[in-house]
Amino acid sequence: MRVKANAKILALIVPVLLGLNSLSGVNSAYAETQAHESLPAAAAPAAVHAPAEAHDAHGTEAAGAHGSHEEKAGDVIMHHVQDSNVLAFEPFGEIVLPHIEVAGYDLSITKHVVMMWIAAVILLLVGAAAGAGIKKISIRQAPSGIANVIEALVDFIRLDVAKSNIGHGYEKHLPYLITVFFFILVCNLLGLIPYGATATGNINVTLTLSIFTFLITQIAAFKELGVGGYVKHLTAGTHWSLWIIMIPIEIIGQFTKPFALTIRLFANMTAGHIIILSLIFISFILKSYIVAAAVSVPFAIFIYLLELFVAFLQAFVFTMLSALFIGLATAHEEHDSHELEASGHH
Amino acid sequence: MLTSGIILLSGGLLNPNPGLIFWTAVTFVIVLVILKKIAWGPIVSMLEEREKGIQSAIDRAHTAKEEAESILKKNREMLAKADAEADRIIREGKEYADKVRTELTEKAQAESQKMIAAAKEEIEQEKRRALDVLRNEVADMAVKGAEKIIRTSLDAERQKAVVNDMIREMAAKRN
Repeated sequence: MRVKANAKILALIVPVLLGLNSLSGVNSAYAETQAHESLPAAAAPAAVHAPAEAHDAHGTEAAGAHGSHEEKAGDVIMHHVQDSNVLAFEPFGEIVLPHIEVAGYDLSITKHVVMMWIAAVILLLVGAAAGAGIKKISIRQAPSGIANVIEALVDFIRLDVAKSNIGHGYEKHLPYLITVFFFILVCNLLGLIPYGATATGNINVTLTLSIFTFLITQIAAFKELGVGGYVKHLTAGTHWSLWIIMIPIEIIGQFTKPFALTIRLFANMTAGHIIILSLIFISFILKSYIVAAAVSVPFAIFIYLLELFVAFLQAFVFTMLSALFIGLATAHEEHDSHELEASGHH
Repeated sequence: MLTSGIILLSGGLLNPNPGLIFWTAVTFVIVLVILKKIAWGPIVSMLEEREKGIQSAIDRAHTAKEEAESILKKNREMLAKADAEADRIIREGKEYADKVRTELTEKAQAESQKMIAAAKEEIEQEKRRALDVLRNEVADMAVKGAEKIIRTSLDAERQKAVVNDMIREMAAKRN
């Protein structure tokens, strides 16, 4: 199946890839012939001549060689983004992780599991330091250092995320929201350091976190509304004749929310890494130092800084939406009953 | 972009991996439980306490301000009352002093009038007494003069006329 799909995609994009490859080929030839000339001067004619010569090359050169070259770059990127069973520390070597299988399930420790554990250890250390710092000071003193940083973020999540979205009874969900924020944040940031990997760029990890949000949302809704209220919630307060449409839509809605959470976090983290790597690989594909200096490195740095921002943003968005979903599932019916009460008074 | 498209569609990224799901769940739950105990619990309770502390401090400041304002108001009222009192006392003192002064003046005037009257009376009496004395003296002198005249010239007729003249004269003078 996968081979077939691969072949189809290749057939679709081979002309474009060939164009790119011949471009690189021409460029490298150009660089070789004009190696002794000044490089900036060489860049402009190369850019001008490339399209025209690319057409010639397209007709004459064989497809296979270029295809394999492109696959190599793709393989490297894929290898970097995907989970694996080794921790590679190029060029120093690699650590092969143990393979564990329990009752037919593959529970082996992978790169992303290790990254998650590193994140967990960092979180626990920071949390312990912050907790100790908070416990040490009295209520009249201002916290300092790590306790101050953590306290500011915790307060932000407490007031601007939990309290404003969930409303009353937000304290129950606060530990989950804070933990999920910091966990995603640290996982995101770990992907941005050398030899690191983004555990949150793996759909299994984001799926698990979304399932937690989903379970908490459903349990909170059941606790808050009761079974009858929960079922009534599914009708969205519409006329009974619309229930045949509304109930399936509402049930699907319950699942699309965590699905959206899963895909959003996974896609954001993966996309950033793929963009950085693709930008770097442009210079390898084109075999040009000019491209590396003028395009790949500056743009990669730009995307890296963007990724730093996205790491915080996506952690916040996941937490925010989790709080919003919990708030929607619990507070909506209460709001209705308030309205009923208000109308009853009139 | 194309490269990423190939990667995504060629599979791998979207493959389910039960092992990773399991480890994620386990790791996350452990982190959640431990952090809830050692970090979020203390931090959140501290934040709540601090919030309450700030609220109570604000409340206290408000009550203190209200108290101070009421005290200030009371003070102002007392000051105004004291001012009014002082004014009243001064006015009363002035009035009393005026009254006393007029009384005294009147009394003094009455006294002086009385004294003047008494003095006048006394002067009149003295005058009258002096006149009496004078009259007696004059009579004696007249008698003595007459005696002398009689002794020197015992002309009875003439003497008589002289005496009569004198008496008449005196009477006329007196009246």
